[in-house]
Amino acid sequence: MSEGTYFSKAELMVAQAAREIADGERVFVGMRLPLIAFVVAKRTHAPSAVGLFELGIVRDEPSPELLYTMGDTPNVAGAVWCARTIDLMGLLQRGDIDAGFIGGAEIDRHGNLNTTAIGPDRMHPDVQLPGSGGGGDIASLARRLIVIMPHDRRRLREKVDFVTSPGYGNGRGWRERQGLARGGPSVLITTLGVFRFVDGEAVLASFHPGSSVERIRAETGWDLRVAADVRETEPPSAEALRVIREYDPHGFWTRREE
Amino acid sequence: MPGKIFSLPESVARFVPDGSSVALGCALEPAIPFAFAHELIRQGRRDLELIGPISDIAFDQLIGAGCVRGVTAAWIGNVSAGLAHAYRRAMEQGVPRRIEVHDHTNFTIAQALLAGALGAPYLPTRTILGSDIARANPTFREATDPFSGDRVLLVPAIAPDVTVIAAQRADADGNTHLWGPWGVSQEAALAAKAVIVLADEIVERAVIASDPNRTIVPGTKVAAVVHEPGACHPSPLQGRYRRDHDFYREYHAATRTAEGQSAWLAEWVTGVPDRAAYLAKLGPRWVALRDYGRPAAEVRY
Repeated sequence: MSEGTYFSKAELMVAQAAREIADGERVFVGMRLPLIAFVVAKRTHAPSAVGLFELGIVRDEPSPELLYTMGDTPNVAGAVWCARTIDLMGLLQRGDIDAGFIGGAEIDRHGNLNTTAIGPDRMHPDVQLPGSGGGGDIASLARRLIVIMPHDRRRLREKVDFVTSPGYGNGRGWRERQGLARGGPSVLITTLGVFRFVDGEAVLASFHPGSSVERIRAETGWDLRVAADVRETEPPSAEALRVIREYDPHGFWTRREE
Repeated sequence: MPGKIFSLPESVARFVPDGSSVALGCALEPAIPFAFAHELIRQGRRDLELIGPISDIAFDQLIGAGCVRGVTAAWIGNVSAGLAHAYRRAMEQGVPRRIEVHDHTNFTIAQALLAGALGAPYLPTRTILGSDIARANPTFREATDPFSGDRVLLVPAIAPDVTVIAAQRADADGNTHLWGPWGVSQEAALAAKAVIVLADEIVERAVIASDPNRTIVPGTKVAAVVHEPGACHPSPLQGRYRRDHDFYREYHAATRTAEGQSAWLAEWVTGVPDRAAYLAKLGPRWVALRDYGRPAAEVRY
């Protein structure tokens, strides 16, 4: 970390996720860290991005204060559309949504996400997780998917116990064979690094400041593929950190312990 | 017309027998009728089938109280605080009892309820093809679209016995205004055999009729109207009160164990006779959440 500028892992992940959004894009915003990443994109390089929230909200400017959930009253004030879930899911299914942001509990090297249950038997799980919410839909139907999650061997697994949100299945061509019209993960942002998907498989593109390829190899449950030009992740810009801290001044989402 | 006005206990006693399928929390995070869930617990309902998109701790409380036989939902947890402990105990340990789960996504539950609202047998979708949700939920069928030859998933209709809608205002006949996001509320109401409305305010018919585009469900679908101010706390109701984030965190911390769950229910549900007493127990904390928002531009019909 140069210049002694401190930032948390969550701040780095949020700043990196925000970079994945281009100006003018229509973005499906998931719960927790994605709520902040959308705000950072809007207030830095993507002022005309539009955010869609699955409970039925469309915004073309960030909510005026921190959201704990997408249904908080400040997310409705100043919205341009309050509608039904089915209306927004319909836009997603039509292919009108450029990108979706989601988190996950487990992911495999083909980008398949599990947020349903850990253990071999879904009806008698070792750990019951909350479920899909809209995650399965966003992963199936958005033009591309941005995944944000904590990094450790129990979470980045060779094979997940349950595919809640389909990635690339068992590799290249799988989505087409299933009938999924488009999409799939474009990037996986973890607490240690950034993976890009090449031919349906995660390839380490960068390691965060303080992390390393070796550390990531040790913390990843599959045989790590590393890009030829792997490098250190660009730290959050001063502007991104300013936006994050202004929006989440007490660090509810961005300075909690992972 | 006044024949549809019921007290909360009367509405549960009359319209929700043991074994009913009940849709609630259909606007997702806001406008969750917690007062209704608590009355189900107080009256000791058993073998309920809960239906909803996500449930921000309301289903967890009903599961923890032993009211639930099955859940048809996309997500059961605590949105700002983490996992749902009672749901975990039920699924992992069968405590207080085993429950049957039909996994959905927010899109498939919306489609199932829309099919119910349309009187259609099912709706085809392109979502979650190839996922384990499509396999684990035995009500879904994969099929080939007879027009294009594409693979599709068929989502069968769901018609709840009862859908509970919390809203800002309704008239005595059940014509109901809800503003803010609707989630799957309208489909769930139109699909239901009976709708129970928990209104923050009961208004004259003329107030509803002054702005009919804001009506989420017409009185013809509504069996009971309950005047229940503050019915949604700790979830928010747009233009009335904000979300009580700390309450969700406190519930999460208090319900880590089955004993903690019982103590929480004894304090906040069975330990209070009604919603007014619950709000009084919240005291100044409840007053601080009031937020009347801003007026909309006038609409002229």
